[in-house]
Amino acid sequence: MGEPRIVIVGAGPAGVRCAQTLLAAGLRPTLIDEGRRDGGQIYRRQPDGFTRPYAKLYGTEALRAQDLHETFTRLRAQIDYRPQTLAWNIWDKKLHIVRDGHASALDYDALILCPGATDRLIPVKGWQFAGTYSLGAAQIALKSQACSIGRRVVFMGTGPLLYLVASQYVQAGAKVAAVLDTSAAGARLRALPKLLARFDVLRKGSALVGALKRAGVQMYNGIEPVEIVGTPDEGVSAVCFRTASGKIEQIDCDAIGMGYHLRPETQLADLARCAFRFDTLTRQWLPQIDELGRSSVPGVYLAGDGVRVLGADGAENAGRLAAHAALIDLGRGAQAAVLDALKREQRRMDRFREGLAQAFEWPAQQAAKLPDETMVCRCEGITAGELRRVIHDEGAQEANRAKALSRVGMGRCQGRYCGHAAAEIIADAARVPLEQVGRLRGQAPVKPLAIATVEETE
Amino acid sequence: MKRAQADVLIVGGGFMGAATAFFLRRRGKSVILLERQLIGQQASGTNFGNVRRQGRLLAQLPLANRSREIWLRMPELIGHDAEFLMSGHLRVCYRSEQADMFETYAREAKHYNLDLEMLHGDALRKRFPFIGPEVLAGSYAPIDGHANPRLAAPAFGRAAAKLGAQIFENTDIVSVEKEGNEFRATSADGRTFHAPVLLITAGAWGSTLSEQFGEPVPIAVHGPQMAVTEPVPYSIAPAVGVSSPQIAEVVYFRQVARGNIVIGGCARGPAFLDARRAKVLPHSTLLQFRQAQRVAPALRRLNIIRVWSGVEGYMPDDRPIMGASGTTSGLFYAFGFCGHGFQLGPGVGDTMAELIDTGATSTPIEPFDIRRFAAFRPPAGSSQSAQQSVPAT
Repeated sequence: MGEPRIVIVGAGPAGVRCAQTLLAAGLRPTLIDEGRRDGGQIYRRQPDGFTRPYAKLYGTEALRAQDLHETFTRLRAQIDYRPQTLAWNIWDKKLHIVRDGHASALDYDALILCPGATDRLIPVKGWQFAGTYSLGAAQIALKSQACSIGRRVVFMGTGPLLYLVASQYVQAGAKVAAVLDTSAAGARLRALPKLLARFDVLRKGSALVGALKRAGVQMYNGIEPVEIVGTPDEGVSAVCFRTASGKIEQIDCDAIGMGYHLRPETQLADLARCAFRFDTLTRQWLPQIDELGRSSVPGVYLAGDGVRVLGADGAENAGRLAAHAALIDLGRGAQAAVLDALKREQRRMDRFREGLAQAFEWPAQQAAKLPDETMVCRCEGITAGELRRVIHDEGAQEANRAKALSRVGMGRCQGRYCGHAAAEIIADAARVPLEQVGRLRGQAPVKPLAIATVEETE
Repeated sequence: MKRAQADVLIVGGGFMGAATAFFLRRRGKSVILLERQLIGQQASGTNFGNVRRQGRLLAQLPLANRSREIWLRMPELIGHDAEFLMSGHLRVCYRSEQADMFETYAREAKHYNLDLEMLHGDALRKRFPFIGPEVLAGSYAPIDGHANPRLAAPAFGRAAAKLGAQIFENTDIVSVEKEGNEFRATSADGRTFHAPVLLITAGAWGSTLSEQFGEPVPIAVHGPQMAVTEPVPYSIAPAVGVSSPQIAEVVYFRQVARGNIVIGGCARGPAFLDARRAKVLPHSTLLQFRQAQRVAPALRRLNIIRVWSGVEGYMPDDRPIMGASGTTSGLFYAFGFCGHGFQLGPGVGDTMAELIDTGATSTPIEPFDIRRFAAFRPPAGSSQSAQQSVPAT
């Protein structure tokens, strides 16, 4: 038997640091990535021919981005790197991938999943109109293509990304009409002890808010979204919300970026049959991991925002930790001192994560009480009222049953966009704890798979 | 311990159990329906959704015909149509031997009021323009169709409950036994349920219960391999299936009114009784891609967005177990429907209710009698209910 076969999914901060650590230990991992280039979402690289400097693209994180990219450039020739490749299924210790319309399977001894996160969303009346984006999508448009999502943009939701994307838009010269945060101003103060775990990040965050204020962007806290005003033909024309003091306000805009912090992409962990546990802090089901990133399934490791949303720095650290975990399990040992330092760092990151969750609280009640006419599932066009109907009239009390009867979460996103809000609606309508609603079972393919895909025979 | 009592105890809340509960209530019998998970979650909720009669064993056609009548009346009977579309069923083939079999079947099925239309080559393509050049012939059943398995059994369950059936979901029955004239079912959490009549409609788990009455049957457990595309404009009316001696060629698909195309067939996947799970093998999905394009080349332009499976029970002779027990009076069975029970569901419910109520059926079900396996003994040391575990990924 030759070298252990190690497959990493995701070439963002976690995946790249993981590959680097494995390579330093003398192993040559395979690195699968959906992207055209390395860097993941946070350090997404611009397309060929674009020449914006690092400082402009990544702001205060320019040095970290540059270091990650340069690290990857040095690694690239020494690992089996497969960009533009989708990992669509897992079965019997094989990762099933597809690239350029050809499907094949990779055997692995260790599988390290670093798939990152996507925006955590809450539906709002009118969010199906053209001009509604997630915060992540708004950021990608800017980072990748140097495009703004509109001429006059409102950002709404909560979480650090809300302020980061807004300030990136301001810096790029886009008109940001307002930043509407659902979390109360006092929440950040209460979270301060935990947020102090990363004073540098806290300071950068405050600077962002200050810069937005100086730029004259209207800022609201403790709001409740009411409606994205628009028409199917013309798209978004305004956003309507209730202020903390209960007043209804409307701000004109032609695009809106929304997000309520992030949610891990957990489909691959689910297909690998990793155990999940309910995270009361963020009110969602997350894969179970130990201190190093081992999942409940031997040989499967989870790192980065795809398992706990710690941000890019935390992902880099988690990627290294998961690599060490795999090395230990493969009998390659690890230096105790190195490991201890990484674990210590991870605990600090996790404390900060808790602070963020507290400061930018997931507005569970706003999701639970969405008006009946709000479209919850955009893929299938199902309203909150229809979802409540299968709970009240047809007895559904659990997420998968509600999906089976109502189609919520049955479309092409498999509930990634609406699943968390739908769960809050179900729990509220069925009068059961959110935990009891369970989570939507992940089903292959992880992303839509073309019927034209050809199976490669070995 | 709580004690619950009724005229009839039904163990297994799939389509068969839920439909029988409904028809028993209409006959005035009190019913307790016990389901380990939720109504219609396994084979009943995860199958392809064919409401077809053509291609069935001739001996099964009277039952299928009885069921068809109920499918048509479902809105009035249970207040739900389960998205039944009577849009036709088309069986197609690539070889002349198969086409000859279509002709023979059509002649014989005529005696059972099944009118099949034979179509060849270009005439077939003219009628159904999505059919590809490789297809040789087709047998068209205009009044068969398809429906939504996710909705059918739960709708029967709700209708039964509305008529007064007591339904216990999330109730895992660990033992069934007869004491004197009464059956007793005991759940994992210690509740007991009592009735003078017991019906076992436990699907793939049927033999683990029939075994407790000395009637094990050689049931094999598999999972259907299903996939669905994104929605596209509605243009394929009939449910379409390939007939072939090679299982890898046997793909089938149907388009729902919303536009998604459901695809199944070509293989059976692994299923695990104890874990209550079944898996779609990645190879099955990719094989279906290739085979579906042979039948309808335009499908190559679509994506699938989801795959699924469930736990199904198959008998070696491809016939279900249905009727009275051979060992125990008051005991009845309806399970092991071999992946083709969905169309039969309402008819099975009606027939079993009639059998339990009157002691006889107006529809012949002798070919499905459990006594045909009376000589069967499970292999020593590996009882049917032996632990099965899902392999690590």
